[in-house]
Formats: sequence, C-alpha cells, structure tokens
Amino acid sequence: METPAIPAPEARSAVPASLRGLLPVLLALPVLALFQGLMSDAPFASYLLSVVGVNIILAVSLNIVNGMTGQFSIGHAGFMAVGAYISGVLSLNFKDVALSFLPVAVSDQVFFVVSLLVGGLAAALCGFLVGLPSLRLRGDYLAIVTLGFGEIIRVVVQNTDAFGRALGLSGIPQTSSPAMVYFFVFLTVLVARRITGSSHGRSLWAIREDEVAAEAMGVDTTGYKVRAFVISSFFAGIAGALFAHFVPIINPGSFTFVKSMEIVVMVVLGGLGSTTGAIVAATFLTLLPEGMRSLFTLLGAEGSLAQKVDQIRMPVYGLLLVALMLARPQGLFGTKEIWDVLPRWIPRKRRGLA
Amino acid sequence: MAQLLQHLINGLAAGTIYALVALGYTMVYGVLKLINFAHGDVMMVGVYMGYATAFALGRDMRSSLLGVAVVFAVAMLGCALLGFLIERFAYRPLREKPRLTALITAIGISFALSYGFQLDLGFLPGAAPRAFPEVIEPVEWLVIGDRDVVVWNWQVISFGIAVALMVGLQYLVFRTRFGRAMRAVSWDHRVAALMGIPTDRVIALTFMLSSALAAGAGLLYAIKDTSVSPLMGLYVGLKAFVAAVIGGIGHVPGAVVGGLVLGLVEEFVVGYAASTWRDAVAFGFLILVLLVKPGGLFGRVAAEKV
Repeated sequence: METPAIPAPEARSAVPASLRGLLPVLLALPVLALFQGLMSDAPFASYLLSVVGVNIILAVSLNIVNGMTGQFSIGHAGFMAVGAYISGVLSLNFKDVALSFLPVAVSDQVFFVVSLLVGGLAAALCGFLVGLPSLRLRGDYLAIVTLGFGEIIRVVVQNTDAFGRALGLSGIPQTSSPAMVYFFVFLTVLVARRITGSSHGRSLWAIREDEVAAEAMGVDTTGYKVRAFVISSFFAGIAGALFAHFVPIINPGSFTFVKSMEIVVMVVLGGLGSTTGAIVAATFLTLLPEGMRSLFTLLGAEGSLAQKVDQIRMPVYGLLLVALMLARPQGLFGTKEIWDVLPRWIPRKRRGLA
Repeated sequence: MAQLLQHLINGLAAGTIYALVALGYTMVYGVLKLINFAHGDVMMVGVYMGYATAFALGRDMRSSLLGVAVVFAVAMLGCALLGFLIERFAYRPLREKPRLTALITAIGISFALSYGFQLDLGFLPGAAPRAFPEVIEPVEWLVIGDRDVVVWNWQVISFGIAVALMVGLQYLVFRTRFGRAMRAVSWDHRVAALMGIPTDRVIALTFMLSSALAAGAGLLYAIKDTSVSPLMGLYVGLKAFVAAVIGGIGHVPGAVVGGLVLGLVEEFVVGYAASTWRDAVAFGFLILVLLVKPGGLFGRVAAEKV
C-alpha cells in the first residue's frame, strides 16, 4: 500500500539542513579552545574541572536509562571501568607509536580519540550483553544485574595481569585536557537532548510512564530499553576512558559501588528525566566535598576532619536518597529542564517534553 | 571422592545460610512486590547486635547453651524492631507511589546502614572487620578417614537451625491464619483490605519476620566466617538475593533450593577453579539463569495486570 508523501517541513532558517546538525559543534569548538587557553597553567583547576566534566557525562548518560526510560541501573561505574581499562591498555600499548605524517602532539590526540572510542564501544558491548537478559524482565532485575556486573568487572580486573590486578594501571599517557573532556560533555548532552525530542525519546518516555500501555501501543519496549542502555553504557565508557587519561593511576578502587551510587544520587537529586538537572547536580555534588575540604583546611581544622568529609559522604548520600524519595521524589527539577524553572523575566526556550 | 564429599558438605552448609536470607527477600517480595534492598544490611546490623551481646555476656557465659540462645534472641528481636521501623517510616509512606521510589529508598537505606557502620565515631565499630567471638566452640563432629572429610559441629548446628526455621516458615505460611492473610495480601493487597484483613499489620509482621530470619542467618554466617564487617550485609545480601531469583522470587521452597544451589556452585568454583573468582560466580550464574529461564527455576513470568 502506498503511503501519502509527508511534506517536508519548511526550512526555518537560511542554514542548510545538512549543516544545522553540525552548527552546535561548530559553535562549541572556539569556545572550548578559548577555555583551554585560559586553563593551561592551572593544573589543579583543570584536574577538578575534568572530574566535574566526567561526572557530568556519567550523570547525563545514566539519566537516559534511569530518568528517561524509568529503568534503574546502579552499576554505571562498571561500564566506566570497562571504558577506562580498555582504552588505558590500548593507550599504554601504543604509547611510543606516532603517526609520522602528523606532528607528535596531534598524533597523540588522534590515538587518544581512537582509544576513547574503542573504550566506549567496549562498554557499549558490555551494556548490550548485560541489558538484553535483564531488560526483558521488570525494572528491578536490572538494578541487581547491573550491580552484579560491576562486581564481575572488579573481579575480572583483579584477576587479569594485563589490567594490573589490584595495583591498577599506571603510566597511561596523560593526553586528556579539559577542552577534550568538555567536548565529550557537550556531545553527551547534545545526544541526550536530541533523544528527548525525537520519536525514540517519546517511546522511552512512554515506557517510563507505563510499560504495559506502551507495549499495547506497539512500542518495542525491550528494543528501546536495550538501545537506551547501550547508548548510556557507551558514554559511561567514554567517561571512564577520559578519566583514565588524566589521573595518574586507575585501579579497581576507583570504580566501586560507591562511584555507581554517587552517579545515581546525582541523577535522582537533579530529577529523574532532566538532563540539565543531572548537569547541575553532578557539578554541585562534585564540588561540594572539595569545597568542604578546602573550607575545613582554611578554618585550620586538623587533617582528620577533612578526611571525615570523604567518610561521611556515603551514609549522607544514602539518607539523602531516602529523604528525597519521601519529600520530593521527582528531584530538584523533576522532568523539567533548567529553562522551565528559571524566573519569568529570563527569556525562555520552547518547552520540552513533560 | 572424599574431596568431592567435603565440598558437598561445605557447599550445603553455606547454602542453607544463603537460603535463610533468601527467604526474607522472597517473603517481602511476595507481599509487597518490593526488592528489599536493605535486607542484607539489616542482617549485618543483627550480627553486630549479636556481637555486642556476646561481649556483654563474657567469655564463659556466651559459649553456654543459654548464652547462645540469648545472643540469637537479642539479635533477632533487635532486627525485628529495625525491620518494623524501616517499613513504617521508609516504605509505608511510599506504598501507593510508583514502585521505583520504594526501590530507590531501599537502596538508600542499604547504603546508609552499610556505610554508616563504617564511620569512625567512637560508638560505631568502624570499617575494619572484627573477629566474631566463638559462641559455638568448633568441634569436629565427624571425621572420615585420615581427615579426608571433616564435618564441623557448627555446620551441623547451622544446618539444623536453618531446616527448622524453614519448616516453621512453611507451616506459618500455609497452615496458619496469619499465613493465609499473608498470601491474601500477596495476591492483592487492596482486595485483602476490603475483606477485613489488616494489611498494614500483616506487612509489618512480614518485615519483622524476615528481618529476624536474616539476623539468625547472619549470626550463623558470622560463626562460619568468624568475622563481622560493615560490608558483609551487602555481599551476603546480594548473593542471597541472587539465590531468591534463581529459585523464582516470591516462591518459598524456590528460595531454599536457590540458596543450596548457589552455595554448592560457589563451593565447587572455589574448590576446583580459583577462590578469587568466587564473588563473580554468583552474578554470572544469575545472568545465565535469567537468560535461560527468566522467572527462575520455580517461578513463572506472570503477565502484568493493568
């Protein structure tokens, strides 16, 4: 049967359609270059900013599964570990290789991006293997299986010589830079926002609101859930790979439950389903312990008190989750984006979903 | 051959403990359709209660029969109270909310307990594992050949206690008024309430029962392992949950079978492959079972009612 042709939407601006998708990227590049120039001689600030960026990628990507699709994954650090280790090992092995037709610095960056992508793809593959059996079932199985997956990864790493066992990997070339991290932050956010507005995103939203009804309306629930999960794992892998290239050493201790929980708290605090909420919460929760530590040091407190900040973080996160669920289960922003909640006098973007 | 027999015995002893904890998951899931993520951590708190009681009793007192009974009673009653409080203040307000909210709350409580107990505040035990006092002095109960096969008394005792608790539970669920009320709430708690069943009370009692079982199982585990640590609840709880899912969550005998299967699988991996892989086995096995038989061995995947 022939379907009537759908008239193409009229071009809204003079920018050709093929370029419109690239426009945000073209705009972002000079901003990032400027940013990199400003950051180049502040090692601690650029380290901290990189950590914030990695956490934003993690929170935004987890939000695709936990927020938009209404599933509950609590093993995001496992996928991060896959990305970190795979790309780390790759970079270690190709450390002394350079592309002869390029300057060394450029060649390094090429290898870096390739190893990032390989790390991301490896994590996506793991996401597919983990997601397929557990996403066919009801949401709560996913929580357990992802948690278990994180443990399996830890055990595998601790038993494999190539991954440095419990000691970890060191000597990975430090080719990452805040600009690179924020380029991927930008890509992740772009993908997440594009998903929200697309028909894919609407299907995810339908699954989140009522899985049975979505299925009755012809949404391939398992397919969409698995795809969302794979996308989310891919970006977690990218985040891990970025992380591996600016910290001096990665070991299984960096990718435990604690890390997974941290990301979950970021997403829940920001609001399940709100990309900008995830960004705000990730930034806040990353800088908070850092800020408290410097505050204590500034006030002249002895070192032990500053260490307490780290110790007390987890129980506080746990209680915060409980309190949030009891008092404001939708999180800070709910499913709204930041421009929906800003005061009226600031010009608003068009309303998103919700 | 003797080695095989020894592994079989060790596996069964570990499996009964998993089975007991798994029963708690399955009971709560049966009644509320909630994975009580904090179950393992309630168990951990129970073990610390037993630990404190054993020390309060002193060396002579705690290894007497009365002393052991007191240790178990304090831990189980304390945990029943803890279970009641968690249900009352964290789960009940969310009962009519989407299921995900209760799951997140449960995860929050789990992390607050397991990491709260690691704090170094003076009155809390701190992160390091502690030696659990020998409330049951280990005695070789049965020795075959030249120490080819050794059965310890605590293995027999824990097996006995576990079997007794399971039989008691089966009786409670299928032969008593309370059990009938539990099954009715599990079927449909709104209709059960209309029929005059005090659903709140039934759910609270189910929580207390499952928490008490967890405390008992946790003490047996601590005696086996001779140590307590704040993170034991997370690990034992997860494995017990895996056991419950393998047997088909919500299915009482299934949880027992799942626990025994998991105990044996782990023991054989430790015995014949490598002990360092032990923690990965349970989850690998879980993913395998979910792939082949999504409802677990005894459960079935029910169509969701609208």
